Amino acid sequence: MGRKNWLIMLGAAIFIGVFPWLVMPFKAVSHYVDVMVFAGIFSLVCIGLSLLMGYAGQISLAQAAFFGIGAYTSGILTSKFGVNPWLAMGGGTVVCATVAWVVGVPSLRLKGHYLAMATLGFGVIVNIIFAEEVNWTGGPSGMIDIPYLRMFGRKITSDLAWYYLVWGIVFLVLIFCFHVLHSRVGRALRAIHEDERAAESVGVPTAGFKVRVFMLSAVLASIAGSLYTHYVTCLNPSSFNLMWSIRFVLMVMVGGMQSLWGALVGTVLMTFVGNEWLQVFAELEILAYGAILLVVALFLPGGIVSIGGFRRKRRQSALEGAGT
Amino acid sequence: MKSAKNLIGLTVLGLLITAAVLFWSKGEGIAAEKEPYKIGAVFSITGGASLLGEPEKKTAEMIRDEINKQGGIDGHPLELIIYDDETDPTKCNLAVKKLIKKDEVPVIIGPSTSGTSLAVVGVAEEAQVPLVSCAASYKIVTPVETHKWIFKVAGSDSHVVGKMFDYMKSKKVSKIGIMTVSDGFGASGREELVRLAPEYGITIVADERYGPQDTDLSAQLTKIRSAQPDAVVNWSTGPTQVLAVKNWRDLGMDKIPLYQSHGFGNLKNLELAGKAAEGVILPLARVNVGNLLPDDQPQKKVIMEYTKSYDERYKEPVSSFGGHAWDSMHIAIAALKAVGPDPAKIRDHIENTKDFVGQHGIFKMSPQDHNGLSKDDLEMVVVKDGKWALAK
Repeated sequence: MGRKNWLIMLGAAIFIGVFPWLVMPFKAVSHYVDVMVFAGIFSLVCIGLSLLMGYAGQISLAQAAFFGIGAYTSGILTSKFGVNPWLAMGGGTVVCATVAWVVGVPSLRLKGHYLAMATLGFGVIVNIIFAEEVNWTGGPSGMIDIPYLRMFGRKITSDLAWYYLVWGIVFLVLIFCFHVLHSRVGRALRAIHEDERAAESVGVPTAGFKVRVFMLSAVLASIAGSLYTHYVTCLNPSSFNLMWSIRFVLMVMVGGMQSLWGALVGTVLMTFVGNEWLQVFAELEILAYGAILLVVALFLPGGIVSIGGFRRKRRQSALEGAGT
Repeated sequence: MKSAKNLIGLTVLGLLITAAVLFWSKGEGIAAEKEPYKIGAVFSITGGASLLGEPEKKTAEMIRDEINKQGGIDGHPLELIIYDDETDPTKCNLAVKKLIKKDEVPVIIGPSTSGTSLAVVGVAEEAQVPLVSCAASYKIVTPVETHKWIFKVAGSDSHVVGKMFDYMKSKKVSKIGIMTVSDGFGASGREELVRLAPEYGITIVADERYGPQDTDLSAQLTKIRSAQPDAVVNWSTGPTQVLAVKNWRDLGMDKIPLYQSHGFGNLKNLELAGKAAEGVILPLARVNVGNLLPDDQPQKKVIMEYTKSYDERYKEPVSSFGGHAWDSMHIAIAALKAVGPDPAKIRDHIENTKDFVGQHGIFKMSPQDHNGLSKDDLEMVVVKDGKWALAK
């Protein structure tokens, strides 16, 4: 990854590191740490979605479903079978990768936005399963008795511990994704995004790459789901419905599709907007979201990170990265 | 020149805002002789369960104003902080954390639904702040050992089924056919019907399910009829419960009485079902039938007062859900009055609530029972001339 990205990452890491100590002394904003834990969990989903949307040029409306599959796999394995939570998290990623492969292979071979349609249907079906398989999932009233996550033999319960755990994982995932993007795979993905036929003509196996990115995005959503499970210790189908899939797409679009930083900025911003700053809109939230999306699409197609020439710099650094 | 004008304009605006803020804070300072007592509330005011959250919010606000008009709790004004969770478990989780950290409330009432309540049980338990849920699921308060700080004011489905079965036994009903909707409400009802039937010597001869969006239930009813039960029990909310009544009437099944769940206890349903609903039997909380109660019924007084003031203020009838908010609010206020704003003491006080006369019954909390209601807190009601009447 390029030098610029390392610098941004250093800055971001310092900010994330000191953020709790900036807000905790002030009672009025002390709960921002909790909002940031959820923002971090959602960031994992959105980083995966950003790879898929911004780099492979495909939209998925099933990220909430993968988020849910990861969450329920963790929940069921740990509460009903007593599996170690970390192993269960791994189990979730395997399940999600397999499901993504099954859904992705037929739909990604087709041209255009067939994946969006296939995933829309898939997401709805998965949500119905969460609600109907009462014996396994607890149904609409929810699944309870999920154990806490343990680390070094101790239960992780404090919000601060969760904050650093979640954001630590976010940064590890970011580093991994930047490495992927600046490898041969990343160049192939960008080629697919620019022009799929041209990429194919120079020998890029487009379908294969798209399926793999889709699987990667599902795996990241699954990890996020497992973290959510153990953080909230209760699961409910309505946390994983179509509305959430749309929210994830929105987070990525607001931040800037063609940048992993955009996904991060968009997620944090939209989590605060949805839970803190736009609370007054309540039921009209979906309208407010529509308006935000419209404004972004019309006036700021590159998302928030494109403001102030950031995008140009990013392009440059991407080129540097690609050149090495 | 233009920028100078702008600057003056901005300065004036800034001064006005400052003055307004100062005036506001001063106004508050005069009113509050003693420090205010806080109650935190989370309701599903919007989203899928807004039917529950809306009357809950209205009721809580009405009680706050009543208490403050009477001079507060021992002179302490009551401050009510309400957040809307939009029927979303994640938002509910964050709202409760916000109440605990930002607003530092000593007691929380709500959330409205079982799903959102279960999503915050762990938060309240971990932070050791008492929470009085307005939702029904028994999972919210059991096992009591790990739900030390959690209470609920809504009765469980087992109470509703128990009351219904008691009445059936008195009517010599021994074989029933049940039909339930496949959502959280129907699934929980079905679970209790199947579990409790043997205890009351009742046999379930038909067990039919249907989806919440179904538009015809004749098939289910025909199957039930062919099993020759003494009564039919339908357990659902929304349009399907009206549909069940209409189909039951259309099939001429009058000889087999139709029992509904407490979900049917909304006057809207009677309007929608019209004449077809005559004779439908259901267990209902007393808050819905205040005017039918005999005068010596201990709850009559509080129910009539609530019904009257709610109707005066909001021009709409009271509902079971508003009743839950009334109960949780007054239980919290009683605790604040007795022990002050100390979460641990409030918890102990709520746990020892005895003979508290509320909208949904006479609460008898104990360390083993964090609900305090029983099947005897319900009334069997029959539809007569398009209105509720007590079933004899």
